[in-house]
Amino acid sequence: MQLIARGKNRTAMLAALLALGMVALGFAAVPLYRLFCRVTGFAGTTMRVSEETASAVPVIDNQTISVRFDSNTAPGLGWTFRPERPRDTLSIGQRDMMIFVARNLTDRTVTATATFNVTPSQAGPYFAKVQCFCFTEQTLAPGEEIRMPVVYYVDPKILEDPDARDVREITLSYTFFPVDEAATGG
Amino acid sequence: MTTIAADADHAHHDDHADHKPGFFVRWFMSTNHKDIGTLYLIFAICAGIIGSALSGLMRLELAQEGIQYLPHWAAMLGGEETDTAGKHFWNVMITAHGLIMVFFMVMPAIIGGFGNWFVPIMIGAPDMAFPRMNNISFWLTFVAFFMLFGSMFVSGGSGLGAGTGWTVYAPLSTSGSTGPAVDMVIFSLHMAGAASILGAINFITTIFNMRAPGMTLHKMPLFVWSVLVTAFLLLLSLPVLAAAITMLLTDRNFGTAFYDAAGGGDPVLYQHLFWFFGHPEVYIMILPGFGIVSQVVSTFSKKPVFGYLGMAYAMVAIGVVGFIVWAHHMFTVGMRVDLKMYFTAATMVIAVPTGIKIFSWLATMWGGSLSFKTPMLWALGFIFMFTVGGVTGVVLANGGVDQNLHDTYYVVAHFHYVLSLGAVFALFAGFYYWIPKMSGRMYSEWMGQLHFWTFFIGVNIVFFPQHFLGQQGMPRRYPDYAHAFEYWHHISSLGYLVVMVGLLFFFANVFYTLFAGKKVGANPWGEGATTLEWTLSSPPPYHQFNELPRIA
Repeated sequence: MQLIARGKNRTAMLAALLALGMVALGFAAVPLYRLFCRVTGFAGTTMRVSEETASAVPVIDNQTISVRFDSNTAPGLGWTFRPERPRDTLSIGQRDMMIFVARNLTDRTVTATATFNVTPSQAGPYFAKVQCFCFTEQTLAPGEEIRMPVVYYVDPKILEDPDARDVREITLSYTFFPVDEAATGG
Repeated sequence: MTTIAADADHAHHDDHADHKPGFFVRWFMSTNHKDIGTLYLIFAICAGIIGSALSGLMRLELAQEGIQYLPHWAAMLGGEETDTAGKHFWNVMITAHGLIMVFFMVMPAIIGGFGNWFVPIMIGAPDMAFPRMNNISFWLTFVAFFMLFGSMFVSGGSGLGAGTGWTVYAPLSTSGSTGPAVDMVIFSLHMAGAASILGAINFITTIFNMRAPGMTLHKMPLFVWSVLVTAFLLLLSLPVLAAAITMLLTDRNFGTAFYDAAGGGDPVLYQHLFWFFGHPEVYIMILPGFGIVSQVVSTFSKKPVFGYLGMAYAMVAIGVVGFIVWAHHMFTVGMRVDLKMYFTAATMVIAVPTGIKIFSWLATMWGGSLSFKTPMLWALGFIFMFTVGGVTGVVLANGGVDQNLHDTYYVVAHFHYVLSLGAVFALFAGFYYWIPKMSGRMYSEWMGQLHFWTFFIGVNIVFFPQHFLGQQGMPRRYPDYAHAFEYWHHISSLGYLVVMVGLLFFFANVFYTLFAGKKVGANPWGEGATTLEWTLSSPPPYHQFNELPRIA
């Protein structure tokens, strides 16, 4: 009887541990998913590269690709936000800069941050940003206007990917969201 | 097979097997697996009545184009009599119908009811491993149900009740539904989930540690195998749901942004987490049904199940593969083609072990000495319905086809064929098969057969036309539709009336059996019924197997 009771408790403890492990995995999915997207460029997540990496990239002159710029703001933010030109055409590997202009139309200081992705999503791993306003929060005083650069290039490795080498146009999209003091925990 | 006789229990004269505690202690503080199983079955029948009443209201509204009744019903429950309130009430009904049927009807009946009643007996154990934990599981489920029911009477943002769908997708369930109703639904799911996890631990421990001498894993009846696999699915999938809905809760109330793009979160993450639970969940509902059907087909063919090991490991395979196919529920969220190809192929692989089961049932019947008693009819109905639902499932598994059929009535028809007709048919098969054992009285054969045929015809009239509606583009979860959809919707609603007639025969039969059924002996089914429950008296003694049976 003693033996059976010990066996029962052991099985039950193992099963409970398994359940607890799955709870932990469920929560771990959040940082893991984010890390996974950043590493693989999954779901149109763009790559962030350093100055050194960027300067070593070869330019392929006879292959051009066009990049369209899309800008949005969350409802109620009270900002205007647009790129200076709707699109750029550049050689693959060539470094390009686009200026985005944001203006705070409200009568209070607003801090916001931009989320971003590219479409089609298989171009995500090859869209490399050297510099971007989306890496930091932006704060605008009432009526203030700000010009924000994005420095990027399209990695020539895109030509070796059978899923992405036919891409001729990439859309880079930004959406500005207000930074809610309470909503920084996620 | 075994040497147990009912009077073996009386060998210990100081331990009366049939000594029962008083009413309150017996039913409210129950630790007896058979009593808890009975409580689960009563609970599931009550929840099933509410759940099917809701579907009746929905079919009534859908019988003609336009909005006829919804604003009145919303007003009757204390809301405003406006179109908006009426449409919100529609969303509340589809949410409640789905959650009640999944968490409070099928799962309590098939796992809590039949699992509790027969898993210990079938492996020759005196009770479940942790009888008090068993009691906690039941009462948690009970409270969870009232939490869900109560949510229909508090504010859900755009009216009374939570109108999020049973999937509770963000952002509709976060910024889209203010008010406490959705919080109550989340708590209800937490409690029902905790109850099921405790139940799963209990089943796993019982099956691994309490089998009678000689009852090896490979000698266990297939119903026990099915509950074992189901318990593992529960244990691995429900905690992920708990994590997902806890994050919903903190997003709603504590300012986190797990699923809020504005704070750097991702609403699609919720869908991934939900379906990582949700897909195993559909196998949780159907696998014990597979087990029941295996017992019934074997009994009424007077043959052992064909390919026993293949049947057991097919269920294990379905359980394992069931964890890696979840994204076929969300082909339209914008996945890249490679990913769709993977999930399409992996989903279709499940058709292989499922096919093994279907063909093994057919092979069991082949050359058998068949008798078409009511349980056998339900089992055959199950095989037919489940195959139809399986075929439409293979169609929907194609990422490209699903793009078109996603969230249409085709999907509604598909999952009702496998669940409302599949799982429910298995439940009825189990009910008619085991009610003589549970009550000690035989049901009425003619009423059972009438119940089967009216129900079988009724559900097919309800759900078969929904394939046509879906292919023509009727989206699910809408209370109104274009005129072109009216013909088949009307027929579908008429089918509901036929189903109701069938259910009347069921309830009449239940009352007849309990109060006037013919008394039966230990084994009313004859030589085909070889599992241990048929060696005990009907109903079994309050405490069975005080001396463990030996299995040769």
